[in-house]
Amino acid sequence: MDILVYGTINSIILALMSLGFTLVYSISRLPNFAHGALYIATGYTVWMLLNSLELSYPLAILIGILGTAASGALIYRFALIRVRGMEISEVIASYAIGLAIIEGLRWGGLRGSTFTLPSFMSGSITFFDVSIDYQRLIIMVTGFAVFVMLYLFTRFTKTGLAFRGIAQDERASMMLGIDSDFTAILSLAIGSGLAGLSAVILLPLGNIVVETGYNVLIFSIAVSIIGGLGSWSGVVVASFIIGFAQILTEVFLSSHYQMVVALLAIIVTLLIKPSGIMGKQKELEERV
Amino acid sequence: MKRSERVDRGINVRSEGIYAISSLKEILYLAGPRMALVLILFLLPVVLDSVPYWKRVVNIMLVYSLLAISFDFLANYVGLVCLGCSFFVGVGGYTSAILNSYLHVPIYLSIPLASVLGAVICTLLLLPCLWLRGVYFAIITLMYPLLLTRVIEALNIFGGTNGISGIESLPGNDLENYIIIVVMLAILFGLRRFVNQDIGLVMRGVKDNDQSIRASGINVTWIKTQAVFIASLIGCFAGSYLVHLYIWAGLSLFALDFSIIPIAAVTIGGSGFLIGAVVGSFILVPLSEFLRFFGSFRIVIYCVVLTLFIVFKSEGIMMYISRRYHQFERWVDV
Repeated sequence: MDILVYGTINSIILALMSLGFTLVYSISRLPNFAHGALYIATGYTVWMLLNSLELSYPLAILIGILGTAASGALIYRFALIRVRGMEISEVIASYAIGLAIIEGLRWGGLRGSTFTLPSFMSGSITFFDVSIDYQRLIIMVTGFAVFVMLYLFTRFTKTGLAFRGIAQDERASMMLGIDSDFTAILSLAIGSGLAGLSAVILLPLGNIVVETGYNVLIFSIAVSIIGGLGSWSGVVVASFIIGFAQILTEVFLSSHYQMVVALLAIIVTLLIKPSGIMGKQKELEERV
Repeated sequence: MKRSERVDRGINVRSEGIYAISSLKEILYLAGPRMALVLILFLLPVVLDSVPYWKRVVNIMLVYSLLAISFDFLANYVGLVCLGCSFFVGVGGYTSAILNSYLHVPIYLSIPLASVLGAVICTLLLLPCLWLRGVYFAIITLMYPLLLTRVIEALNIFGGTNGISGIESLPGNDLENYIIIVVMLAILFGLRRFVNQDIGLVMRGVKDNDQSIRASGINVTWIKTQAVFIASLIGCFAGSYLVHLYIWAGLSLFALDFSIIPIAAVTIGGSGFLIGAVVGSFILVPLSEFLRFFGSFRIVIYCVVLTLFIVFKSEGIMMYISRRYHQFERWVDV
């Protein structure tokens, strides 16, 4: 029972982490390697707002998420827009921006384990003999809510439909008057905002440390590759696979192997079926 | 209305064919830059003799230029973007350390042996991913060094987080310098020859259009395997040299520096030249020594420079210099 409950929670955490990355890739085919950096930057911003400016917690969270969304949009508008379409330059440029943010935070004082965000509610409930604290419950609820909202957004709003149009066929949707660059800016803003949101609700579980930035990036790449780059249902399936695999390794081996499992899963997936479990890429695009 | 126009210099045109050897001037025009590079490199240890610290920096600089050459070769001649040069460094370094420290192979054998063995290991590990293309290969090479770090940490093998110590150091201060200088020059000029051979042409074909290469009855994976072997040979040599320079092998061999600095060097120096990689690391590594004062802020500066170059000036410095060298600009009436 322990494994089942915590596996589910872990899977939802992974799905939340990687949702922003997948969203950006699926809409504008941009591998946003600055994802982990934006995640950790949001955590640090919220902490600063709370402790230095002493704002109230909800206000700090709101400003943090909006700030991250804005910086995502700015990254696209001023850097990535010029290398759009050159896959490798996209990867290198966004990775360099992400590294600059992460190492800049490290230099700017984000060291040690003194940075923690308070959890929203303290206390826990017992559920089939397993005690779950409220923060993890909030994570589960938010996870479901975010997925439902995204589903509704992409099916029933004009912008969401434009997103899907660009994702399916960029040229045809440009012909119908959808601005490709504007949707890309929006998608990066939303993707970064999701990174910020997940940071805000996940970081109270632990300390804010710089290395989390790298780990989030690796996990989100892992999840979206295994699920199939750009496939949303794939994200859910893949995060459940990795999430349970991690919990199982933690129970039966040791927590050292958590990252090894994720990395091995990526490598094996890329070797066997590069487009992932739910991927729809044409085979020729990815292998010789 | 006037516009600027670029015209080849007369001497550039004259020195293209057999006429290149017609007079000393043409010969000098062609050989000058190359000889200058060789001369400067050989003179560096002599000039810096009074400051041993900077002699060390020269070594590191050359190690990075080797890595940058290997990145440039893989990315721009074969079309395999390897975001994890530190994978080669780590495998070469650890192989050398194991050979030297555990098996007591003498240093003059352990470096070449580790280069070849490490290259074989790297090629075998990368072999299953060779049929991936574009961004997939880039991602998987980014994962490899991370994976090896975690595996060494988790299994606690090869000294675990403490690393392997007790490795023989390179004999003599001058030899330490000249080994890497000679090897770097040999690899640079050798690889420039190599990419102009038939096999080099095929490799560029793999980059531009692998389907047509395949249609010509050439095994693309085999070509890629050879290319990866060459690149990892260079990288593993750099790694094993580094291990003997530091007399220590540890997880920092898989560090991000070895992956990101070569990429930055190639982007700044100009990609697709091989020499651009060398120029780039000659700029970046001394710069990073000056910036040592800033600590981890160095990486921020690298990344900002890298982003600016890749976004605004993707041709690189070397392209600019060679254009200035071969051509002149003038204003003409339209």
